[in-house]
Formats: sequence, structure tokens, C-alpha cells
Amino acid sequence: MLEVRDLSARAGSFEITEISFEIPTGMYGVLMGKTGSGKTTLMEAICGLKTVTAGTIRLDNGDVTRLRPGERGIGFVPQDRVLFYNMTVRRHLAFGPTLQGWPKEAIEERVEELATALQITPLLDRKPHGLSGGEGQRVSLGRALAARPEVLCLDEPFSALDEDTQSEIGKVLKQLQASQGITILHITHNRSEAERLADIRFQIREGTLDSVAK
Amino acid sequence: MDAPSERRRIASDKPFFYGLVAIAAAYLLLIIALLLADVHYVSLSEIGKALQDEDIQSSVTLTLITCTVTALLSVLVAVPTGYLLSRFRFPGKRLVDALLDIPILLPPLVVGLSLLILFHQVTLFGRTIEEWFAWAFQWITAIRPDIRPGVTFKVPAVILAQFTVSCAFAVRTMKTTFDQINPRHEHVALTLGCNRSQAFWLVLLPQAWRGILTGGTLAWARALGEFGPILVFAGATRGRTEVLSTTVFLEINIGNLQGAVAVSLLMILLALAVILLVRTVGERTVLGTETHHHSGGSHA
Repeated sequence: MLEVRDLSARAGSFEITEISFEIPTGMYGVLMGKTGSGKTTLMEAICGLKTVTAGTIRLDNGDVTRLRPGERGIGFVPQDRVLFYNMTVRRHLAFGPTLQGWPKEAIEERVEELATALQITPLLDRKPHGLSGGEGQRVSLGRALAARPEVLCLDEPFSALDEDTQSEIGKVLKQLQASQGITILHITHNRSEAERLADIRFQIREGTLDSVAK
Repeated sequence: MDAPSERRRIASDKPFFYGLVAIAAAYLLLIIALLLADVHYVSLSEIGKALQDEDIQSSVTLTLITCTVTALLSVLVAVPTGYLLSRFRFPGKRLVDALLDIPILLPPLVVGLSLLILFHQVTLFGRTIEEWFAWAFQWITAIRPDIRPGVTFKVPAVILAQFTVSCAFAVRTMKTTFDQINPRHEHVALTLGCNRSQAFWLVLLPQAWRGILTGGTLAWARALGEFGPILVFAGATRGRTEVLSTTVFLEINIGNLQGAVAVSLLMILLALAVILLVRTVGERTVLGTETHHHSGGSHA
């Protein structure tokens, strides 16, 4: 579950005010909004990257509003993937679990499992340079999922992907939702993308949650 | 509206390109002419003589040591400073940014003069900074009685004079380097369980090492060319605080123009080697980070 209640946050001169919504456990929530509507600010606030000025963010395991980003159990897949250029794909997948002190065998097992699920096993020893858009997106997803977060936040995950790759990554996301039992918050400006993937949809306009559809 | 019956001819691009090339070539020609003039003026035997001169040899050694120490110190200061400037907003940031340009803007002689005044005219708890420094390092004399610790007119003054200016250039390079790396990298690292320090060491710095190398090399080259502050703050004592720029000055002073040009050529070779290294590494940096440039920043 991801429950956001009366959330306000600020990014420079931009502000989002009193946003409330809830995505039940294991559901795929899509938040729609135009560029400049505050979606990224909202997502950053949820991930702990922007200071929350009011309101609460709750997951199944409690209130995370004041926790540091890495303590929240929220995986973040930013726009344009943002891979670490000095690390192999394997190290991307192992990065989160390593930081959280998992035992070595558990990390290796998790890397293999995720690589199989995301079909990137042949890429494990490559660095990000030269990966295709779809491959890069899979690595970015794997990195965010590796330490088993409760919620996965996706910021425009289809941006800069061609149509075929978009539908391919869409399928991967739905499969992950089912196989990992994860709650997903996906933000996009694209209506058809939202309709295709969402179990539950929201719309944000000028910093406030405007309407809840479906 | 009717389509025009004849295709409109667009004027040729040639004059534009010829213009660009002509302007660039004129400047390049000036540089090459300078080098050729030096090479033409000095005889090979003079270069050989310069290389065998003990004073010049020790000057080369001191130059290599001081430039390298300066470059390392500059990187050590420039990395955290550049990171702060690139990543954080804080009150007075504009002022800090402007202050960091002062060593670049000040006339070199003024840098040296200011250092001299700082070390000799400012007293803290009854001692000048020069005296505090000598006091803090007096243990050196216990180990090596021939060394009397101090700054002014000694080797530390050479390094400090170089560092004051070089570091400002390194800070600029590091800020640009960090600016080019999307802060999202650190954001992702934070959500994965890093604290700020881990995000810096594990994620940001490994991606910035080429920029660090460029900043260090730039600081090194800048230190090689430093003269004004060294002359004022470290003096031009033959064999003691003599670096290559000082050597050129000293040779001119005693009327040995051949020797001065021979040393100049040596410096040009050193500088050229460093610049080529910077360019090669710099170009690879651009290639290596090309994906950063079109990755979107934080869209609200």
C-alpha cells in the first residue's frame, strides 16, 4: 500500500499542495499530468528526495514521511534511466542489497533471479555504455527492485523508448507487478499508456490532485 | 499562392567557412611563429648547455616537485568545493562563487604582494603567520638541523603562490564536471540505501575521475606558468626558490638571452605535453559522459 495524505512539498518556487491518494498493495497506480504539473516533485517527495512541508506518506510498514530515502523501502526509477557508468550491470543489481548488508550468497541469488526475470542475464558483465534503451530500462528496473522495496516509483519509464520497446517494457512491468507482488506508482503524461497499464488512475493539475479516474 | 517557378538558389557556404578558417589560421600562425622564432634563435648546443647546468637542473627538479604538489593540493580542495557549488544551494552562494574567481582575476603581482602582507603584517596572538608556521614546524630542525622551517622566500612560498592561483582553475573545472553529471545519479543512490557520503564516494566520484584528472593537469600547467606571485612571495634566489619561470627571468637579467630561450623551450615542451594530455583526456571525458548531457534534469 502507498497512502499519501494531505501532502505538500516544495521544489524551488514550485509547490504541490494537499495531495491525497492511495494505491492498495500490489496494485498498479498511474498518476497522469502534463509537464510542469508537479508529478516529478510529488514522486521525489514520496521517495524522500524533496522536503515535505505538510502531510504524511504511509506504506504497509508504517509512516515513512520523515525517514531518509534509503530507509523507506521505495524503489526509484528516474526518467532517462540514469545508470552508473562505472558499474557493470551485475553491480547495478547488487548495489542496493550490498548497501543494506545482505549476505553474499543472498545477493548473488537475487541478482541471478532478477536477471532471469528481466531477461538481461547475457548483459550482466557489461557496462551501461552501448546498451539499448530497452536494455537500459530493464537494468534500471532491476537496480530499483533488487533490495525488495515495498513500492516502486517510475518516472516516465517509457520516455525516449520506441513504440515496440514501450510495449515490451510495459509487459515486463505487469509481469513484475504479479511476480514480485509490488505496489507501483507510475507517472506519465501519456493517457493511452495510463489506460493500458493502470489498475487505478489519478490526475494532477497545477500542483493539486484534480480528479480520480477509474 | 503559386509556387515559385524557379528554385530559389541559396548562397554558397564557402565564404563562411573560408572566413572561419582564415581567422583561426591567423592566430595559429602567431603561435607557431613564436615557437619557430625561439627554435631558430637558440642553438642546439645552448639547449645542451642549459640541460647540463646544475642550477637549471635543480630548477627543473623543483619545478616538477612544486607543480605536482600544487596540482595534488588543488584537486584535494577543488573536489569538495566544486561539489558544494554544483550540488547545493546556500545563502551567499553568489558571493562565494565570485570570491573563488578572485585569484583568476587579480594581477599575479598583487597575489604575491597580498601573500607577503598576509604572512608578515597580520598578527594572531602576538605572532605573524610566518612565525606561527616556523613555530609549528620547528621539530623539523631537530631532525634536520640544516633546515629552518619558514614560508616566505622558501619552497613552501613557491607552492603557496602557485596553489593560490591554480586551485581557482581547478575549482572551476570540478564544478563544471559535477554540473555535467546528472544529480539523479546520487538521488538513485540515496533511495538504494546510500547516505550522502556513500553516494558521493561510490557513485559520483568514480564517474568524475576524468574531470578530476583534467582539473589536476590544468592546475599543474597553470603552476608551471606562474611567475609574478613567486617572484614577490618566494623571491628569485638561484638554486633555492628557483623554478623554470624564475630561471628564464634570472637568465634575462644577466643578459643570457640564449639561455633564457633554451629554458623557455624546455617549458614549452613540458607545457605542450601536459596540454596534449588534458585535451586527450578531456575529449574522452566528453565521449564518456555524452549520455549525461541529454538526460533530463528535474522536471517539476
